[in-house]
Amino acid sequence: MVEGIDGSGKSTQVHLLDKWLRSLGLRVFFTEWNSSDVVKEITSKGKKKALLTPTTFSLLHATDFADRYERNISPLLEAGYCVLADRYVYTAFVRDVVRGCSPAWVRKVYSFAAIPDITFYFRVPPEIAMERILEGRPKLKYYEAGMDLNLSNDEYESYRIFQGRIVDQYESMVGRDRFVVIDGTLGIEEQQERMRRQVLKVIQRPVASLPAPVETRRAGGT
Amino acid sequence: MREIAPRQLRFYGEGISYLRKVESKGRLIVVEGPDGSGRSTQVDQIIAKLEAAGHAVVTTGLKRSELIGSGILEAKHKLPLGKKTLALFYAADFADQLEHRIIPALHAGYVVVADRYIYTLMARSNVRGTGRGWSHDLFGFAIKPDLVFYLDVPPEELFHRVFQKYGTLDYYESGADMGLSDDLYESFVIYQEKIAKEFAHLASKYGIVRVDGGRSIPEVGTDLQTRIDEYLESQRL
Repeated sequence: MVEGIDGSGKSTQVHLLDKWLRSLGLRVFFTEWNSSDVVKEITSKGKKKALLTPTTFSLLHATDFADRYERNISPLLEAGYCVLADRYVYTAFVRDVVRGCSPAWVRKVYSFAAIPDITFYFRVPPEIAMERILEGRPKLKYYEAGMDLNLSNDEYESYRIFQGRIVDQYESMVGRDRFVVIDGTLGIEEQQERMRRQVLKVIQRPVASLPAPVETRRAGGT
Repeated sequence: MREIAPRQLRFYGEGISYLRKVESKGRLIVVEGPDGSGRSTQVDQIIAKLEAAGHAVVTTGLKRSELIGSGILEAKHKLPLGKKTLALFYAADFADQLEHRIIPALHAGYVVVADRYIYTLMARSNVRGTGRGWSHDLFGFAIKPDLVFYLDVPPEELFHRVFQKYGTLDYYESGADMGLSDDLYESFVIYQEKIAKEFAHLASKYGIVRVDGGRSIPEVGTDLQTRIDEYLESQRL
């Protein structure tokens, strides 16, 4: 799994990882945040109208994740695939909490998701991430800049505050859930090399000793 | 007429942090019950009587949010959804209704009458095996209603009522996605028994009042109205 703010370079890195794993002959499945057909349309409709409250926003993303999890991630893990995800539940943990949802609640909602073998967290200062985003296109998106939070009327200022809070949330998770920090300011190849070294530690283990995907991490009643 | 006493919203779990200080000057009354239990008829009557008594009333239900309501139906037809996906989808729809309709109405002093609430969603989800603990936690953002009724009707009786009204059985309401039986009648009965059993459990946990829905419409109506009137009277300043 790769996590980090927009413009941290994680998508480039996971793409390279995907190619490499396939070249090793492994079965790979790649999945992206907010990409299930079922929910995509509604989320983008709501975003355009800016109608979504933080709770609804959170639950729609959870629906999207659950759909991909139940349909693809969980069965494919069981079948022995390497699953690569561009953003995982941690994206929800950081974004929903920054938007005002209760941290405990968000974690409970996602409690059915297995903890990944590795989560690469791309550490990049928000200023550098913003420069990278603006290279590709001239304007920041409404939600990307956190404009819905009324942090500032200036979207660049809003972006800095919003992404700063996101980074704080990510940083608070380092050291838990098998997070591996990657310095996103390093060269692309250097980052990839470090990631591959970490991945080798996991895939060289005999398959039988890989932690089984856990259906629920906490007692879920009867 | 004396006003209803204002008070803070009460949540089941963590609540919604940005709404924690919102005050309710109204009351939330929920009617639960399966299709064919006479639920919607009773809701209409309750609203009519409350309005006649001078209360401002807002009604709400499931699958009604502008944003999500139609999406739920589309998704159901396109691809079969997983049990957690479905549960979260309905929760998103409910959250939208809660924040855009229920809470603002309560704040403004309306009596909100809900034609089904989170308990239906929890029961559906629980009988499909997502875990009672998980569905309880999921709805930690929901507010506690002031009164909740469950119209209890035996499954065999429900079957006849549903068939008479619609001429067919609903796929999910018959539990057809659960592989309970090849025979749709049998599947319907087994499924509704499971739902009723789950409601019995929820009733003790969440203070739901069981009402015998097997009686005539006026009898059930009088029963509900008496309880609602007594309750609202007790809430006046």
